[in-house]
Amino acid sequence: MIEGFAVPDFVSDFWHYYIAIITAVGILFSLWLLKSQSVVKKLAPGEEAELMHPVWDGDLQELNNPLPNWWRWMFFLLTVFAIVYLVIFPGMGKYPGTLGWSSGKEWQDEKARVDAEFDKVFQPFAGMDMMAVAADPTAKKMGEHLFLTYCSQCHGSSGQGGSGFPNLTDNQWLFGGTPDDIKNSIAGGRVAEMPGGLAGDEQGAKEVANYVLSLGGKPHDATLASVGKEKYAACAGCHGEDGKGMAAAGFPSIVDDAWQYGGTEAAITESIVKGRKGGMPAQLELLGENKVHLLSAYIWGLGGGQQPAPAEPEVAPEVAAEPVAEPATPEAAPATM
Amino acid sequence: MEATYNYKVVRQFAIMTIVWGIVGMLVGVILAAQLIWPTMTEALGPLAPYLSYGRIRPLHTNAVIFAFGGSALFATSLYVVQRTCQARVLSDGLASFVFWGWQLVILLAAVTLPMGLTSSKEYAELEWPIDILIAVVWVAYGVLFFGTVMKRKTQHIYVANWFFGAYIVTIALLHIVNSAELPVTLTKSYSAYAGVHDAMVQWWYGHNAVGFFLTTAFLGMMYYFIPKQAGRPIFSYRLSIVHFWALNFIYMWAGPHHLMYTALPDWAQSLGMVFSLMLLAPSWGGMMNGILTLSGAWHKLRTDPILKFLITAMSFYGMSTFEGPMMSVKTVNALSHYTEWTIGHVHSGALGWVAMISIGSLYHLIPRLFGREEMFSVKLINTHFWMSTIGVVLYIAALWIAGVAQGLMWRATNSDGTLTYSFAQSVNAMYPFYAIRLIGGTLFFAGMLLMAYNVWKTIAAGKAVNDARIPQAVAA
Repeated sequence: MIEGFAVPDFVSDFWHYYIAIITAVGILFSLWLLKSQSVVKKLAPGEEAELMHPVWDGDLQELNNPLPNWWRWMFFLLTVFAIVYLVIFPGMGKYPGTLGWSSGKEWQDEKARVDAEFDKVFQPFAGMDMMAVAADPTAKKMGEHLFLTYCSQCHGSSGQGGSGFPNLTDNQWLFGGTPDDIKNSIAGGRVAEMPGGLAGDEQGAKEVANYVLSLGGKPHDATLASVGKEKYAACAGCHGEDGKGMAAAGFPSIVDDAWQYGGTEAAITESIVKGRKGGMPAQLELLGENKVHLLSAYIWGLGGGQQPAPAEPEVAPEVAAEPVAEPATPEAAPATM
Repeated sequence: MEATYNYKVVRQFAIMTIVWGIVGMLVGVILAAQLIWPTMTEALGPLAPYLSYGRIRPLHTNAVIFAFGGSALFATSLYVVQRTCQARVLSDGLASFVFWGWQLVILLAAVTLPMGLTSSKEYAELEWPIDILIAVVWVAYGVLFFGTVMKRKTQHIYVANWFFGAYIVTIALLHIVNSAELPVTLTKSYSAYAGVHDAMVQWWYGHNAVGFFLTTAFLGMMYYFIPKQAGRPIFSYRLSIVHFWALNFIYMWAGPHHLMYTALPDWAQSLGMVFSLMLLAPSWGGMMNGILTLSGAWHKLRTDPILKFLITAMSFYGMSTFEGPMMSVKTVNALSHYTEWTIGHVHSGALGWVAMISIGSLYHLIPRLFGREEMFSVKLINTHFWMSTIGVVLYIAALWIAGVAQGLMWRATNSDGTLTYSFAQSVNAMYPFYAIRLIGGTLFFAGMLLMAYNVWKTIAAGKAVNDARIPQAVAA
């Protein structure tokens, strides 16, 4: 049974005895087998092994050479090793072994040791302002290590993202780009889901897609768009009548050029038909506060980080994101995180 | 009829061994190339999904294990059991059924796996209707084999038949238990087991597929073809008894070593490890009995390439059965698990042991099935031998280095406790080793083509033997 888990390995003692007994009998059987076949005497120098009588298929016969001595010893010692190991370590049913070792405990001990050792490394940056941390070369190096280990699988090794995975190096943010916003996104995770099928079938989705394109002033089929306008009502609740979304709630703008899943007619249609299930897993429990702090600073410093609102430090972070001036696209709501 | 051996079924399986060997290994070569050029099959357009790595990987394993290895075992076991029992197979009809039934299984596998139909259990991917067919054919095979043993004129059962018998019984047990599943549709089922139980049943099956299909049965092959080809008696009767019983008993416990450091309870991991270590003894017992049979005939190794195949196979068997127990030690496993090392280990067994003992045995068998003294070209056998040997060595050496490098890269940490390498970097480091592996594998595959040519010429010059008489006298 692993420390800290309530479920025992065996539902009843029967299985404990079942395992322990057949293990013991099995090892004894191996020893008996070895002994029972060690009856042939070692050949004297020059002595020939006995040729057994039966002959098969014309010429197949067997000699009766004794078991090679080194081989008998190898078998015997391996069996002794098995017995000793099963005394020291768990193996005989629920018998825990003389060391009291368990893999769960080994993991806990090792993790505690490593956490204690490396917390010292991260500690100096824990209380620092994230923008200051981002400027520190040591912190930057460590942040990069953390990023490559925990973030690069989705966001890419340089944070450039990919289809379905936000770019972290631009100034488009789905959930805000201030240090605190980023930290909240990493610590608590984010959910960015869009239900599918709101515009009816494939054709309906295509019409809405063209209307969406028309909202952004992009090339589109005007006839389809005019039909799609009505069906867009199902979308407006989140993305807004004007398609600019609601940054505070993480609903993206669909009138800018930052597309999470592609901005072609086909890609938008696919998003509408199937829906999208974006999600960033929460990291605080896994990584701990100190690593999250470093990582947030590192990501903020990748190039897209925004200045926190200076005047009102007490404002909730998500709201704080909105009023910040964004020189590149002042009108657009944040589109990607 | 009764006074002759049934060579027809042996011949059918022997030919298909070569055909499936070529097919299975070709798929292996394609997979090895895909690891270097992942998008190479995308040019095939609508056909590309059928050749995607995830679909043809099980096709490769099924083709080489069950089609190539299986056919080799059917051919040799049915040949050996008849000749060493001095009896024709129990029933010619049943023999035909086993042949065509097994070919149907292979054909269905070759169609369903590229279609993506899979139960997702490794080495047991085939869906439930095919599972049932396998069980039926296997039981028929068991009846055929044991029925022939029952008919024997000889008093004692020859040692090769113990091994074939153990394999037939155990594979039936393993297949039926592991394939217990609930059908949902004709092509979809769910395993009867869940969670860690499913994993444990799967690897109990998986490792014993290695233990009984790829080891015990091929030891049966060894016990006939090595003494035959060497013209020497088997080294030790006593050794064969100990290693037979110890091998079969201990293999059954080794499965958990596939699940080290997982949710499998500690007690099961420990038992898997200690029994895997003990397995070294009976494995080497078999190797010694094969190699020492050559005592007094070592000089034949210089001139007889068939014997070279057989003895080299024993050496690879000894090497990979040393490597296996070492890899099951928890601390070694912590490094080797999930790396290319495992793939290298499998292939030192699969190519070095299983394929080479089969190839050697077939070179002995084919001329006898077609009324020839020997193969069309003994020189080509020698060339084939060197291609195979160099191919295997390149393959496993590349993957040893690759695996150890991978394991070390995964565990390397920086001074701040973070990982030194991202996973993608470890993948990137594999390219040179993948290239060497591809070369090794291609060499081995090309050797099979050479064999096919040699066999073709032998058959063309010969005539199918259907009147091999059964000696009536029984040697005491």
